[in-house]
Amino acid sequence: MPSSTAVSAADELPNPKGPGPFLKDRVTAGTGRLGDRLFGGTARGAGVLVIAMVTLIAVFLLSQALPALAKDNVNFLTSTAWNVDGTPLQFGIANLLWVTVLSSAIAMLIAVPLGVGVALFITQYAPIWLSRTAASLVDLLAAVPSIVYGLWGLQVLGTHMDGVQAALQSLFGWFPLFSDAGIGAASTILTVSVVLSIMVLPIVTALSREVFAQTPTSHTDAALALGATRWEMIRTAVLPFGKPGVISASMLGLGRALGETVAVMVILSALANDTSWSWSMFNGGETFASKIANNAAEFDTPQKAGAFMAAGLVLFLLTFLVNAIARVVIERRKAFIE
Amino acid sequence: MTVADLTSDSNLGGGRPVGPGGPALGFGHRSRGRALRNQLARVVMWTAFVIAMVPLVWILWSVISKGGEMLLDSQWWTNSQRGITNRFVGGGAVHAIQGTLIIGLVTALMAVPVGVMTAIYLVEYGRGRFAKTVSFTVDILTGIPSIVAALFIYAVWVTTFGFQRVGFAVCLALVLLMIPVVVRSTEEMLKLVPNELREGAYALGVPKWVTIVRVVLPTAFSGIITGVLLGLARVMGETAPLLILGPYTKNIATNLFGGLMPTLPTMINQDRTEVLQPAVDRVWGAAATLILLILLLNLAGRLIAHYGRPRT
Repeated sequence: MPSSTAVSAADELPNPKGPGPFLKDRVTAGTGRLGDRLFGGTARGAGVLVIAMVTLIAVFLLSQALPALAKDNVNFLTSTAWNVDGTPLQFGIANLLWVTVLSSAIAMLIAVPLGVGVALFITQYAPIWLSRTAASLVDLLAAVPSIVYGLWGLQVLGTHMDGVQAALQSLFGWFPLFSDAGIGAASTILTVSVVLSIMVLPIVTALSREVFAQTPTSHTDAALALGATRWEMIRTAVLPFGKPGVISASMLGLGRALGETVAVMVILSALANDTSWSWSMFNGGETFASKIANNAAEFDTPQKAGAFMAAGLVLFLLTFLVNAIARVVIERRKAFIE
Repeated sequence: MTVADLTSDSNLGGGRPVGPGGPALGFGHRSRGRALRNQLARVVMWTAFVIAMVPLVWILWSVISKGGEMLLDSQWWTNSQRGITNRFVGGGAVHAIQGTLIIGLVTALMAVPVGVMTAIYLVEYGRGRFAKTVSFTVDILTGIPSIVAALFIYAVWVTTFGFQRVGFAVCLALVLLMIPVVVRSTEEMLKLVPNELREGAYALGVPKWVTIVRVVLPTAFSGIITGVLLGLARVMGETAPLLILGPYTKNIATNLFGGLMPTLPTMINQDRTEVLQPAVDRVWGAAATLILLILLLNLAGRLIAHYGRPRT
């Protein structure tokens, strides 16, 4: 159900026991004794609670964003202004959207090929003693807290980014994406992207590894029996089989990159409100998440809070969409296999 | 999975011609180009793994070399930062460690029952559209950025109810992030419990709910604990909800419903822009402590998963 939203999902709430499922419930709900009904009801209640949470998130963000959006004097989607203190109230997300999408896109360009490579290494190439250890080590990357990533990205990795930036600029400097924006190399969108790519690597790897490992031995053995080299076997059997899994893994990683807050906030240097637009990946700026976190102390009026809620709502919808796509891709694959 | 791959690799590797299979039909004669490409792919995959290890080693090395020394000082584990300014060496992180543990514990107390019950619903009861919706929603909850969860709790707790920003609000936001982790791992574990156990209980006339509580849950218990520990590891490192809902203080605080609540992530955040060496050292010390805490939780989870797998 690709078009399903949190709100529409909750439509089932008022009438969870439709005439259809009711009969089946009698079969699966046990003996109908009091204890059974209580326990089954509690379990079902927990499910209802989970649905209610996601619905409430959408409802609350929307209800608090709408009044501010109504008073907004500029186009919310295309404006780059962010003046939520005074009158007239002006706020638009063009800048935030660009920085969020650009940083995540570069991160995915790095993380997906690398993650697939590592997953292939773990499932196809690693000697048996290394395979499990390698998987745990990559998983460890997911255990590092995002604020530590931020600190490391700014103070350690950032000090080595000058050379990368200079090289890229001398090669592609004529292209707006690579133009100089006068920001220190440690605090650019590119540095953020590199750190984000490390953060999503374990996600991409874990899921890809899982689907690669599920490749039917009959496929791989058939390829090998036909005289394929190991690489040809991977190309003709493992990769086609794992493709939906890789897409789904990338989508989940993308969702994580889009919503990452603290690492971005620590690394990226925020720009003054009147800075002119730049396409460059060597620019500073703010993503949806880092904008909200940077201004956490300033939600003192409903109007101000509303503007940030609106930004949060867009982020929520973005990640919702990306995760829903991931889910649909994997569901279709499941149907195909079974 | 890898056994078959490895055995088949042994009669194939290193560019030797295919053995007993004879002339291959699908892929033609094995030319030098194909063998070369095969070797190249092998090198690329090994390189990918080595590249992936670089940041891990680099980050751990940075944190240990810059902050590890702080952890050796007994003061670090017994004192707070009360009255200590940027210029002076000293003080500890006990206030932040304690805050992180309290918030983690309270979060788990709320998230685990809901998560486990949802998983029980999905595995033991759930059929049809409603169960699919629940499962889909758990996926969506997994993907919700921590900042959005924090904004939502802010909208409820502060804007709607007019309460202060306190530790408990942070816990509520973290509950949203922890539930999906608990649901997914518990679900996996419940699915591993063999159906014969359930059927055996039913055959003896045991009600379904007693079967779940006395047979299914104990069998999956260690796996559930693993899921809880991994979920805890995730929420303890979260910083965004703390920035929005849980302001930092240098003093020891234990009240979740009033006043400020120090935690390790906010302790790092507080002084991250400092340039004076004592403050910088403490920032990296807090980072090392946080990583240590999370690694210990991960390790404990994995050990329990390894030694306590359901035996069938």
